[in-house]
Amino acid sequence: MTAPFPTRRQEAWRYADLDALQPVWEQLAEPLTLTVAAGGKLEQCWVPSEEDVQVRRVQLSVGRAATARILVVNSALIYGRIEVQVSLAEDAQFELFATNIGKANSTNEIVTTVTHSGERSRSLQVVRSVLNGQATGSYIGRVEVARGAQQSDAEQSVKSLLLERGASANCKPELEIFADDVRCAHGAAVGELDPLQLFYAQSRGLDPAGARAILLEGFVMGLWDRADDPETIANAARAALRRVV
Amino acid sequence: MLDIRDLHASVAGRPILDGLSLTVAPGEIHAIMGPNGAGKSTLGYVLAGRPGYEVTAGEVRFKGQDLLALEPHERAAAGLFLGFQYPVEIPGVSYLQFLRESLNAQRRARGEQDLSGSDFIKLARSEAALLGMDVELLKRPVNVGFSGGEKKRAEMVQMGIMAPAFAILDETDSGLDIDALRSVGDGINRIMRSPERAVLLITHYQRLLDYVEPDHVHVLQGGRIVRSGGADLARTLEREGYAEAAA
Repeated sequence: MTAPFPTRRQEAWRYADLDALQPVWEQLAEPLTLTVAAGGKLEQCWVPSEEDVQVRRVQLSVGRAATARILVVNSALIYGRIEVQVSLAEDAQFELFATNIGKANSTNEIVTTVTHSGERSRSLQVVRSVLNGQATGSYIGRVEVARGAQQSDAEQSVKSLLLERGASANCKPELEIFADDVRCAHGAAVGELDPLQLFYAQSRGLDPAGARAILLEGFVMGLWDRADDPETIANAARAALRRVV
Repeated sequence: MLDIRDLHASVAGRPILDGLSLTVAPGEIHAIMGPNGAGKSTLGYVLAGRPGYEVTAGEVRFKGQDLLALEPHERAAAGLFLGFQYPVEIPGVSYLQFLRESLNAQRRARGEQDLSGSDFIKLARSEAALLGMDVELLKRPVNVGFSGGEKKRAEMVQMGIMAPAFAILDETDSGLDIDALRSVGDGINRIMRSPERAVLLITHYQRLLDYVEPDHVHVLQGGRIVRSGGADLARTLEREGYAEAAA
């Protein structure tokens, strides 16, 4: 049986493009499941396809002392959604490094729910959005720390650059913590390209487009510093940036 | 090389430069001194074309061209270099990539070939070594985590790589210890002392001028040049202060 179609009243779908979702919902209703066994290691790159609507829904279970890292370029022309539900066992670690890159009227969003079930589990989500035209880029990041999951460590860092007046960024942390010895940090910033950085780059000989491109590349490419294999994802990010600016 | 005539400029509607005139010939080093708020940094920014620095009257000719009609990157390609008083940090972009792309953008604008990766690295290495800078620093993001002195040395490395015809150095001596001051001074002499090049040194103090002997010294006050002289004027200013010297 197909799961009920979401509504915007559900927090995790409040910024979604439901009209774009409707025709593809049936094949997406059940999330894919991924499991990293105890002590295991996973790194995945999720790069955009040519589809106008790209939705990826994943349930990820990270076993004891295992690590999972997901690198994402979310850049659909109409609607892109990356949805990850993660559960972390003892000493497990989850990292998400993701970028929303959008132009025109596109909606690209990343929605994560990370459940710290075991002690000393760690999670990190870093999201950078570059939005041109009337594009929307969103991040909703839920962190749940279960009772007894002491010394869990959760961190979110979200930054968005708006290149035009009509673009918008949403960022929303949601924390639900039932343990008392934990660290949960979150930070968000939305802004424009710094005019002084642009001038500095131009004063060295880069034309305005070249100066913008190098600053945007710097803004996004730092995401892949920790990747074991940054090549694929960096190329996808560069291609997406070229498409939108 | 540079000919400034009756230049008036405002920032955020406030007039800062008020009829400044100055001529710099090839082979010359000019020092501009003056109290805080005199308009020294504004002059540098106006010449480099910083947005928000509005020229309200006057003209500037650079190697015979109308400088003020050019975009900042076109001024760079024409051979103008501004050494920033506060060099800007650019996270995520390595110095090497930044300089290579900038230099090649200038070269393409002049109709020259791009410098290859290996030729560029050689050039960057040798310039860094000449300025006593660890080349490893150039693998880091532009100016991020650099000390004040490292930023100023890095500006000089950039100048060495770009080899401009005309450099405006805005308080390049501030924040430097004695050793760094000497190596920056040596850098300016080595890179810019040439019959085809010229420098405008903006400074508060005599101390950089002990290493880089200026041909002309000007006192800027209230947005215009109130007194000009030779290298000895800087020493007079140091002794007597601006108020006295300009009177």
